[in-house]
Amino acid sequence: MSKPREVLLDPLIDNNPIGLQVLGICSALAVTTKLETAMVMSAAVLFVMVGSSVTVSLLRTLIPSSVRIITQLTIIASLVMIADEVLKAYLYDISLQLSVFVGLIITNCIIMGRCEAFAMQNGPWASFLDAVGNSAGYGLVLLLVAALRELLGSGRLLGVVVLPVVSEGGWYVPNGLMALAPAAFILIGCFIWVVRSVKPEQVEEDFYVGALPEPGYEGDLR
Amino acid sequence: MERSARHTIVFTATLCLVFSLLVSSVSVALRDRQEENRRLGRIKNVLAVAGIMGPSERLSRAEIQARFDAGVVPRVVELASGRYLDDVDPLAFDPRRAARDPEQSRPAQANPAKVRRVPHHGLVFLLVEDGRVQGIILPVEGYGLWSTLYGYLALEADARTIRGLTFYEHGETAGLGGEVDNPRWKALWAGRLAFDEAWQPAIRVVKGRAGPPLEDPYEVDGISGATLTANGVTHLLHFWLGEHGFGNYLAEYRRELGEG
Repeated sequence: MSKPREVLLDPLIDNNPIGLQVLGICSALAVTTKLETAMVMSAAVLFVMVGSSVTVSLLRTLIPSSVRIITQLTIIASLVMIADEVLKAYLYDISLQLSVFVGLIITNCIIMGRCEAFAMQNGPWASFLDAVGNSAGYGLVLLLVAALRELLGSGRLLGVVVLPVVSEGGWYVPNGLMALAPAAFILIGCFIWVVRSVKPEQVEEDFYVGALPEPGYEGDLR
Repeated sequence: MERSARHTIVFTATLCLVFSLLVSSVSVALRDRQEENRRLGRIKNVLAVAGIMGPSERLSRAEIQARFDAGVVPRVVELASGRYLDDVDPLAFDPRRAARDPEQSRPAQANPAKVRRVPHHGLVFLLVEDGRVQGIILPVEGYGLWSTLYGYLALEADARTIRGLTFYEHGETAGLGGEVDNPRWKALWAGRLAFDEAWQPAIRVVKGRAGPPLEDPYEVDGISGATLTANGVTHLLHFWLGEHGFGNYLAEYRRELGEG
């Protein structure tokens, strides 16, 4: 097993679930129009990821391999439902804005990916760190994108006016594109570009459809 | 690791049982608070359209309830006769649920607002100050471009002048039809007239710009790129102000106002 420090910090930049693995994009588009919703979403993902990774890790010697995926899904889905109920009870306004996207945490590939790839093989403490690290990596991108979208799209941060917009007597003309989902694609693209320029080892090898494998190589042609 | 079939069955059964218990107990424990949130959410919309609560004001749950109790009286009315029903508890009455219940509603005639069912009873909110009615808030709903818009129309005590209009739920395109939520567009409604001299519903959203309320009392600016949503708003207001909606109630209210 790698060192706890690496397990925790690696997913922030070096192995960021959104940046390097390009997972969890769907929710990153949907909940990043405002910083507030992105914060709540990140917290919900943190809760679900930590809870499911630790639970899967504790049960890993008992889980029959034939049903391990559905076992992980059961655990994840239960935690998501609990998170959703809690949001509806204590953060009602934000839960209305997040609407279906809390429920869709179930389908967030990052969470099941960590359960299957890490928690099934490692102890609860390491799985806890791995889950915290990965949800922090996810949250980092989410908050970055949301901060830019809210600032450029409506001139506010956390609802506080930073750039007074023209329609309310200020000088800033809001960028309407930032309020729409494609802006998140562009910003995440820029994030990946910056990270890979600084860390060229993250760049994947070129892949051409139909490229011929090495002579004599017979496998994986399908 | 591979396990016996027995282990797999016992494991999955236990897992399902434990997690279903967990989820259902959380759900039961939080249900009252969630129900309360939904109720306060509805109250907040009523306060907002009445102008008792500012659009960016953040109030605690107790403050919301206090402002509502201080100035708003919910009443249930029979839509056909227009009379108040005192034997129905307005706090327990949900018009949207009633519209789905065949016992409490009837199919509507084909109408441009595409309202499919009309409840027998309607919920109105009276704004009361010093024992006198200062305004009436009516729930309205109807089809825009993609979705049903749900909202409230607030009238002044004369039952003709509009105090405000707000939609609390819709699925129109953000930036186009979704601009029905825009505070500046909503502000255009105040002071315009819902009914003409003959008490026929007259207010409508036009294409382009309308004049100031005094010169152009029956028209409201259109929303560019959202003509169909805007037409939907006109249709739904005409439906709920008309005889199948709250028309009879408002006539009854005016009659009492004239007598009193």
